[in-house]
Amino acid sequence: MAGLELLTDQGYRLDGRKATELRKVQARMGVFAQADGSAYLEQGNTKALAVVYGPHEMRGSRSRALHDRAVINCQYSMATFSTAERKRRPHGDRKSTEMSLHLKQTFEAAVMTQLFPRSQIDIYVKILQSDGGNYSVCVNAATLAVIDAGIPMRDYVCACTVGFVDETPLADLCHAEEGGGVSSLALALLPRGGQIALVQMDARLHQDHLETLIEAAMTACKGVSKVLDGVVRQHLHEASVHSRE
Amino acid sequence: MLKSKTFVKKTRSGGVLKVVREHYLRDDIWCGSETCAECKQDSTVLQRDACMESSLCPYPHYLVPDTNVVLHQIDVLEDPVIRNVIILQTVLQEVRHRSATVYKRLKDIAHEPGRHFYTFTNEHHRETFIEREPGESANDRNDRAIRVAVKWYSQHLKTPGSDPDGLKVVLLTNDQGNKQKAEENGLLVYKFEEYIKSLIANPELVDRLALSNDDKQEITSSKVLFPEHLPLSKIQAGIKSGSFLQGTFRTSRYNYLEATVFVQGKGEDSTEVLIQGLQNLNRAVHHDVVAVELLPDNQWVAPSAVVLEDDGAAKDDAVDGDEEEKVLEPSATQAARQATGKVVGIIKRSWRPFCGMLNVSEIKESTRHLFTPADRRIPRIRIETRQASTLAGQRIMVAIDGWPKHSRYPNGHFVRSLGVAGEKDTEQEVLLLEHDVPHQDFSQAVLSFLPKMPWVITPEDLAKRQDLRHLTVCSVDPPGCTDIDDALHCRELENGNLEVGVHIADVSHFIRPGNALDKEAANRGTTVYLCGKRIDMVPELLSSNLCSLRSNVERFAFSCIWEMNQKAEILKTRFTKSVINSKASLTYAEAQMRIDDTNKNDDITQSLRGLNKLAKILKRKRIANGALTLSSVEVRFHMDSETHDPIDLQTKELMETNSMVEEFMLLANISVAQKIYDEFPECALLRKHPAPPPSNYDILIKAAKSKDVTIHTDSAKALADSLDGAKVDGFQYFNTLLRILATRCMMQAVYFCSGMDSDFHHYGLASPIYTHFTSPIRRYADIIVHRLLAVAIGADSTYADLMDKHKQSALCNNLNYRHKMSQYAQRASVAFHTQLFFKARGILNEEGFVLFVRKNAIIVLIPKFGLEGTVFFTSKNKVSPNLVFDEEGPTLRVEQHTFHIFDRVKVTISLDDSNIQHQKIRMALIKPVIPGVSVPAPEAEPPAKKQKLDR
Repeated sequence: MAGLELLTDQGYRLDGRKATELRKVQARMGVFAQADGSAYLEQGNTKALAVVYGPHEMRGSRSRALHDRAVINCQYSMATFSTAERKRRPHGDRKSTEMSLHLKQTFEAAVMTQLFPRSQIDIYVKILQSDGGNYSVCVNAATLAVIDAGIPMRDYVCACTVGFVDETPLADLCHAEEGGGVSSLALALLPRGGQIALVQMDARLHQDHLETLIEAAMTACKGVSKVLDGVVRQHLHEASVHSRE
Repeated sequence: MLKSKTFVKKTRSGGVLKVVREHYLRDDIWCGSETCAECKQDSTVLQRDACMESSLCPYPHYLVPDTNVVLHQIDVLEDPVIRNVIILQTVLQEVRHRSATVYKRLKDIAHEPGRHFYTFTNEHHRETFIEREPGESANDRNDRAIRVAVKWYSQHLKTPGSDPDGLKVVLLTNDQGNKQKAEENGLLVYKFEEYIKSLIANPELVDRLALSNDDKQEITSSKVLFPEHLPLSKIQAGIKSGSFLQGTFRTSRYNYLEATVFVQGKGEDSTEVLIQGLQNLNRAVHHDVVAVELLPDNQWVAPSAVVLEDDGAAKDDAVDGDEEEKVLEPSATQAARQATGKVVGIIKRSWRPFCGMLNVSEIKESTRHLFTPADRRIPRIRIETRQASTLAGQRIMVAIDGWPKHSRYPNGHFVRSLGVAGEKDTEQEVLLLEHDVPHQDFSQAVLSFLPKMPWVITPEDLAKRQDLRHLTVCSVDPPGCTDIDDALHCRELENGNLEVGVHIADVSHFIRPGNALDKEAANRGTTVYLCGKRIDMVPELLSSNLCSLRSNVERFAFSCIWEMNQKAEILKTRFTKSVINSKASLTYAEAQMRIDDTNKNDDITQSLRGLNKLAKILKRKRIANGALTLSSVEVRFHMDSETHDPIDLQTKELMETNSMVEEFMLLANISVAQKIYDEFPECALLRKHPAPPPSNYDILIKAAKSKDVTIHTDSAKALADSLDGAKVDGFQYFNTLLRILATRCMMQAVYFCSGMDSDFHHYGLASPIYTHFTSPIRRYADIIVHRLLAVAIGADSTYADLMDKHKQSALCNNLNYRHKMSQYAQRASVAFHTQLFFKARGILNEEGFVLFVRKNAIIVLIPKFGLEGTVFFTSKNKVSPNLVFDEEGPTLRVEQHTFHIFDRVKVTISLDDSNIQHQKIRMALIKPVIPGVSVPAPEAEPPAKKQKLDR
């Protein structure tokens, strides 16, 4: 049997999107009252829940505390029911540890940690349903949660995965596309300044193509940031209406 | 709008997965028609007045074929008459799933702007997407999706107030149920046959219709001739459990009732399964991928040594297969028995259109005829045509549609005619098509990437290259060569060492990666040399002009320069892009004359002498290392300059200069191979020649033994030495014959990507590493090697596909395939010209040697013409003489005389044109005289004898 045709001659992808189109992004902020900040974000069929505690004083060993800035502690996990085959171990495996580390690095670049010396910020993200682009969905959800917690950031951090098929970059890959032998790249961007918080790729790609791919990823991230911005404004609007009442 | 698609899928390990996928529906998919005012499309594909003259549909209309129509009638759809067709995405996807070749062909049609094929993405259109209903099968759902899309189109195109004869959409289907439902929905629907038959202007299209199922029934009798094929699921289960084997089916060239299935095992252990008899062959066609079941041990047989051709009148289906098979008596010896099996199912058909000729049916009015393919390994095909009388005597192409189990022959349909048989152009076309050699003229897209003429060397070019124009470079090639790839120079340095340069045309400078020119060259893979014709890999401007290193013009070259001492030891190797100016283009003979002529002492001659001296040392070293010198007789035709008919035939003779050029090319190739492998261990394109398995040498050892000569085959060196030592007094040609036999024992040398393989050894050249660098004008592999080398020395930049070992490996497969096919085509062309030659000559007497002994024939080589032919001792209409075949010898006793390999015989050679398609050289024995078998030496041309030769 022939493999999946990821991009038809007419320019449509498996799920009917065009090459540069993102999946539908929907998000809600402030979903939990107990946490300092929380958000729920859906990007197509990938759904993530992010919760932020802090900044608060160091828990556990105090020796990890940094005298000039806050420590960011990230934990990534996937619900056992998030994939087609039930997951045995929701967190703590190699992949999740790596993902936690990536999230930590991303947010260290975006959160203004120097404002909170000797303290700690906890970001917990859980994937409820996984359909490709887990990293970027986590970043986007966590951004909203951090904003919800009122922690100052340099900018939104927006992330997106892009893949490379038939000399064309595809934005926001779904699971079927990720599995289809595409070299994919994940990029987290601070859109206003155009600074890159994190780039990650573990496939082979010729260097000639890297630039186009990164450019496509940046465009996609800017698209995501528009949506997130809309969500935040909507949330603020609702909150202010609430408080006035 | 967002839809979620949920379905359940079984995984390979047997678990059940639930897959959830998104499915976006869009509003911005346009209809692609010129008439439409609603859709905001940039460009339209479908025409306003889509006129095809049909008696069924007198109004302009668009066609919508369903999946089965596309799959089975692609030959008709490919005809340029069919225009304005809407291909639905549903159809396209199903086609892609079911047949890769049809899918490719469909896409090719859709890309031709003149054909007005529009692909409508109905699955993502808001109004044409449908969901599968509970209880509905996937096929029914797709049929319904097609109907919904057709309905949408007909409503969409119906502008208010348009006349009733306005644009309509016609659904073409062969499915009765689908048709009925479509009619209920008020759609215009026709059967494909109906529609094609209604085309007034093009009645010839009817012949191309593939037979659909219900037509097949009436043709064939109800008697079941073949066992049923197993369904794919059972085959897969069988292969998994090991009860079946999967392999490629190869019909024997010599015997249509025998085939082998090549089963690719893990690593080295590949096996061949023998299959004998119609029932066991079970409708498999050459090159199909099949599943075989091994027969029990006691039914194993040895390959039959009988040469058998499927000819004579069309056999009735009623005739039992057994009757044909009784000639296949089991072979006596146990040792030769081989794993034997039967075909239980076909995994993948590899049917393509076949070239051949029509055997016109004896009944004049009949529209059903048998078609005989040019390739003997393909069975005859039954086709239906009304143009039999025009097609008789022409070469035509036919495609197979199917092979029902109660039919002796497969059913097919006519595709196109190639021209009158026997004419040189037609025959050339046939042999190019049969060997899958791309030979169309280069397209405009390809030509657009050629440099603009007049081409001049710019200062920028010069700055990047080393200027070697002052060197005395010259080229040595066969006479009449216009694509000169290589030139050489040699000069003495001040320190007493010699500088030797091999300069290769810098084709990669002109062919940039990824453009249409490059893709075309990659696809063609190699230039094909036929007698009197050359099928170029790159357009002529490059091959014969800009890249060709002609004398006294400045050309770009890729140079490989060594510093050697007088003992031909390499001290330094250097590669550089350069500009050269060749001082002379010589032929081998001219170069030889210069070297031998002691009076000449100019620079060129000096250079040649230096090269020649070094080459001799190099050759000696190479042979001492165990390189093989093999032999095959190559012939050259002297062509009549006007008619291009061969007027004389000559075996190629080899001169010292041939081997001189060869030595330096080998040296350059080896040096480059080492360099690119060092630089790119993962993706260097190399060439290897695997050592043949010991069993390949059996025939050689046996043959030599009959003359009391022992051949050692433990290593290449041992073989080379024993070949050198093999001499029989009074039989000078013996050594050459042995070498010819040894050549037949060898494996094919192949290109491969270094990252995908671990065995690099080149057996024939006894070199640990080898590649092709020296003929980029005529081989694509060399262009890749040039690019790799250019990157390695920093002269050029890399690109993605060059560094991708999987892509590179795929490229190698294509190159190997093209290379093999071009060799076959070359041989076929020589054979055809040999026939022309003997046709003009009438009957000749020649002396020859027995090369092989078979059960009912001997194969004779005529050294004078390099011609091989078969002398049969049995024929259908004659009492066969008493034959005793001994496989150990192998020897064949005919009456009182015993034939051994290498026996000297005398034969008559004549052209047998009783079968115009397979004209062949017929040989008959004159000496030794065997009563009833041999023929008298012909003085004039007695007609009686000719009759005897015919079978």
